[in-house]
Amino acid sequence: MNQDIYTVVEHLQGQVSDISYSMLSAARALANFTGGNVIAVLLGHNVEGLTRNLAADHVLYIDDPKLAEFTTDAYLKALAQLIGEKQPRAVLFGNTSIGADLASVLSVRLALPLTYSCQSISENGQLTSQICGGKIMAETPLSDLTTLITIIPGGYKPEEGQTTVSPPVTRLESPSLDDLRVWLKQYFEPEAGDVDISKEPILISVGRGISNEDNIELAEELAEALGGVVCASRPVVDLGWLPTSRMVGKSGQKVKPKLYLTMGISGAPEHVEGIADSEMIIAINSDPTAPIFDFAKYGVEIDLFDLVDVLIEKVEEAKG
Amino acid sequence: MNITAILKLVPDLVEELEIDDKGTGLDMDWLRLIINEFDDHAVEEAILLKERSEAEVTVIAPDAEGVDDVLYTAAAKGAEKLIKLTGDFEDGVNNHALARAVAHVLQNIQTDLILTGVQAHNDLDGSLGPLLAEYLHIPYAGYVSSVELNNGNAVIKKEYPGGLIGEYEVQLQAVLGIQAAEEPPRYVAVSKVRMAMKSATIEELEVGELDLSGGPEISRMFQPEVAERATMISGDDEEIASQLVEIFKEIGVL
Ligand SMILES: Cc1cc2nc3c(=O)[nH]c(=O)nc-3n(C[C@H](O)[C@H](O)[C@H](O)COP(=O)(O)OP(=O)(O)OC[C@H]3O[C@@H](n4cnc5c(N)ncnc54)[C@H](O)[C@@H]3O)c2cc1C
Ligand SMILES: Nc1ncnc2c1ncn2[C@@H]1O[C@H](COP(=O)(O)O)[C@@H](O)[C@H]1O
Repeated sequence: MNQDIYTVVEHLQGQVSDISYSMLSAARALANFTGGNVIAVLLGHNVEGLTRNLAADHVLYIDDPKLAEFTTDAYLKALAQLIGEKQPRAVLFGNTSIGADLASVLSVRLALPLTYSCQSISENGQLTSQICGGKIMAETPLSDLTTLITIIPGGYKPEEGQTTVSPPVTRLESPSLDDLRVWLKQYFEPEAGDVDISKEPILISVGRGISNEDNIELAEELAEALGGVVCASRPVVDLGWLPTSRMVGKSGQKVKPKLYLTMGISGAPEHVEGIADSEMIIAINSDPTAPIFDFAKYGVEIDLFDLVDVLIEKVEEAKG
Repeated sequence: MNITAILKLVPDLVEELEIDDKGTGLDMDWLRLIINEFDDHAVEEAILLKERSEAEVTVIAPDAEGVDDVLYTAAAKGAEKLIKLTGDFEDGVNNHALARAVAHVLQNIQTDLILTGVQAHNDLDGSLGPLLAEYLHIPYAGYVSSVELNNGNAVIKKEYPGGLIGEYEVQLQAVLGIQAAEEPPRYVAVSKVRMAMKSATIEELEVGELDLSGGPEISRMFQPEVAERATMISGDDEEIASQLVEIFKEIGVL
């Protein structure tokens, strides 16, 4: 066991994902406690260039054609061998489509403790996780064994995990990556919508609280009055009430409007991940404990159906 | 083809959550439990697959208050077999322990494909799907929003941020973590659930003493203190609307 903090770098289609930089920033906080180094672990094929901006003391790079694209099986084999051999104090993963597929499996394969959804790390090495849709925090200590940790976006800023000084890179042998059971066939690029909500300055965002498809109309009317467009939380899109291009959050778009007005959105972490860069968030929700009020500048605790019609009226009046 | 969907109940976040006296867990007395919404999608995807390929669907859930209703609802949607795991689940159970218990049970159940929700909001020691897959030594893929069966393999769509989708082929037997079913989980009328209560049976399987190792060692649980909560706008609907319009003007959107 050494005191180093490993960070599994996530990259897709030739780009390092922001979460990787956030993780490096978290890794630094943890390394300050353990006294070890921050080590970035990069798996891929012909992607050494991706190491350039990683704020790590060192990069371990495993290059193999079978690691060119993320698949659970190949990544798991490479990481299980590396972690087993090096025994760092902790390994950080993103709480993402990549990291979440890896961390739990490795916890079982290597019999190592796992802390999920970590948002912040205290000076004494306590890991604080966010659960229950942001309503509850749980603290777990760093174990004496190599601790696996998934990091959620939002706690650590990606800018703090970036550097202009390229870190030194060591290439490692890939273990044999035969007998894989998961194969990538192809990528499908996101469908372009009629509007690009990531560029819209005024967004009226509806959540499950809008209750049914017909009520989307209400949001459309308010958006029209304000000269904005309607977007939504994931359930509204999964229910087929709005197209995928209108989804905001972890699996949807990151938005940065002047006004983000939510109606019937609880403010789950996966949603607020997409709205951090909004200039002004106003939340309408009937539940005073809804986490969205922790992110909004202004909040209204009201049944949205009691407010929208009047609000549309007043907006029309104000426009004269 | 046999498909198994695994579901668990989680606290309903619409209700107020309380921390227990020890300060390391949720106060279970006050919790209202509902199906983990992603497990609901896993059940739906299993039923959709069955309708397309004549599979048989088994639904497994650990015991919890209200779980019978959830299992009968799955039967009303079309699940053939219902299994309730009984044992010491009352105080909640970590995902490592649950995954081991489910893996043990699955050794005696013939199944080609196991579907479960990609995560639950109270996961703290990993998610059930990938833990289960590794205990069973079979492959896993999560963030899945579409599944097709093809020559003994599953062809899946896996979601990445921003709407990018990866299509993968996964060798069966496998566990898939479902993010969203291809159709929203269907609604079943209460009368249909009542009928299922009469016609379907829940098989109870005692899992023995749970091995809790591998679970989280929680030193403290608390409600987040917020740096700055929203300034709440109050009044009657007219007053609130007028104040909002003032804010719209201030920030220049009106
Ligand atoms: C891997 C993963 C990725 C995800 N990606 C995303 C994503 O990109 N975007 C996203 O949004 N979610 C995403 N989610 C889902 C996320 O976890 C939440 O389930 C979702 O954001 C909840 O949406 P909601 O707020 O609309 O619904 P809910 O959480 O059900 O909240 C509805 C709210 O409406 C309020 N309400 C109800 N009726 C009224 C009324 N009449 N008036 C006023 N208020 C009312 C309620 O008080 C409640 O707060 C993801 C989940 C996972 C696991
Ligand atoms: N869809 C699939 N079904 C079964 N085996 C596959 C599939 N795709 C790839 N393989 C196996 O994986 C190995 C590597 O495949 P590829 O990555 O396509 O070069 C091949 O030798 C195949 O045996």
